[in-house]
Amino acid sequence: MPILEGEGVTKYFGGLAAVSNVDFHVDQGEIFGLIGPNGAGKTTLFNLVSAALALKSGVIKFKGKRISGLKPYQICRRGVARTFQSVKIFGNMQVGENVSLGALFGTPTTMTAPNAAREAAELLAFVGLSAMSTALASELTLVNQKRLEVATALATKPELLLLDELMAGLTPTETEEAMKLVTSIRDRGITIFMIEHVMKAIMGVCDRIMVLHHGEKIAEGKPQEISTSKKVIEVYLGE
Amino acid sequence: MSRLMLELKNVNTFYGNSQALWDISLRVDKAEIVALVGANGAGKSTLLKTISGVVHPASGSVEFLGKRINDLQPNSIVELGLSHIPEGRKLFAEMTVHENLEMGAYPSYAWKIKKETSEQIYQTFPILKERAGQLARTLSGGEQQMLAMGRGLMSKPKLCMFDEPSYGLAPRMLSEVFQVIKSLREQGITILLVEQNVPRTLEIADRAYILENGRITMEGKCRNLLTDDYIRKAYLGL
Repeated sequence: MPILEGEGVTKYFGGLAAVSNVDFHVDQGEIFGLIGPNGAGKTTLFNLVSAALALKSGVIKFKGKRISGLKPYQICRRGVARTFQSVKIFGNMQVGENVSLGALFGTPTTMTAPNAAREAAELLAFVGLSAMSTALASELTLVNQKRLEVATALATKPELLLLDELMAGLTPTETEEAMKLVTSIRDRGITIFMIEHVMKAIMGVCDRIMVLHHGEKIAEGKPQEISTSKKVIEVYLGE
Repeated sequence: MSRLMLELKNVNTFYGNSQALWDISLRVDKAEIVALVGANGAGKSTLLKTISGVVHPASGSVEFLGKRINDLQPNSIVELGLSHIPEGRKLFAEMTVHENLEMGAYPSYAWKIKKETSEQIYQTFPILKERAGQLARTLSGGEQQMLAMGRGLMSKPKLCMFDEPSYGLAPRMLSEVFQVIKSLREQGITILLVEQNVPRTLEIADRAYILENGRITMEGKCRNLLTDDYIRKAYLGL
């Protein structure tokens, strides 16, 4: 059953169709990958789902209900959280405080500060940042800032998590760890929609993959089908 | 004339009280591609910043073309012919693509030939030419990376330090960027490369230094490192 559905999703930047009439769905409990050349519209699609940008036309539904038209915080409170390709953290706040913010403001239920701090500690342990909870967020390495974003997003108790290039800038060995993290998030019952360029990672963890090119969907299928698709090899994978 | 371009001897760098680099010695010869490999947080970016003058070492020496540059400011180091393309692109978001390129041509000798240099860069990265009048913030992540590389080349460097040029690039574009780096070397530009794509990096580089917890723990020819058991396990994920 789809947890997220898009029909005719379209966005223009001036005269340029950044996302053009894209239909897609993400099934409950799956890891769904989004790939495509640089500038294909992948992050724009995430921005449309999370309402950082407004649709020109089309509709996006979460658990069968329309979410396009809602504000970003409302979508978050419905259960859709995201991370950003260029990290958005509160650099002058402590790592633990960043995660507490997610717990305090991202969920529809009332939450006390001590409970938020407790949840933050648990999530920092989950992403492997416990030792840094009192450091300023700006002092973390980029990779750890990305992990912090994941923890903050999880603190909003999402049912669907959008990950925008979590694995960029990781060594192959670090990528393996990040793949385990993604799988363990799914094992918590959270559906994953992820943008990634690291083929080994995306082929390794995704159940299905969608490919965008110039804002249009050009392929969708199981990793095996995508990695052998002539069209995808031509526009994206190369060689 | 000596082939030696860049030499670090016993460099120690601190952030406040915490030591980030420990007793680093390395050398880069003319027209070499030398890679710096290490996990995140190992000190690779700090090492590049120590060379380009963004941070200064507490002790040890950094010499470029035989001249000690430890205490020089970044702008003076660029003028000597050493360009640093930083991690995270660091573009001027509210300036156009072309203006960003021009900002890289700040040394007076480079400013005079900026038109010609930018034409070369547009040939290397045709997408930048298409986007020349657009604000840098409207570019996709991959395009921004290309712009950062282009801007770094505008000063006509003799030695280029790239900090994760493949970051956020789609596979085809990633191959192109590695091709660009190889072609720069063929043009006689020396390269010091920090990259997380260790397999591809060790394929194009001549030599590599392995950096762990702020210390160089191994160095050697890439073809030897590629078959080293420890490197394969720790950095290639094999």
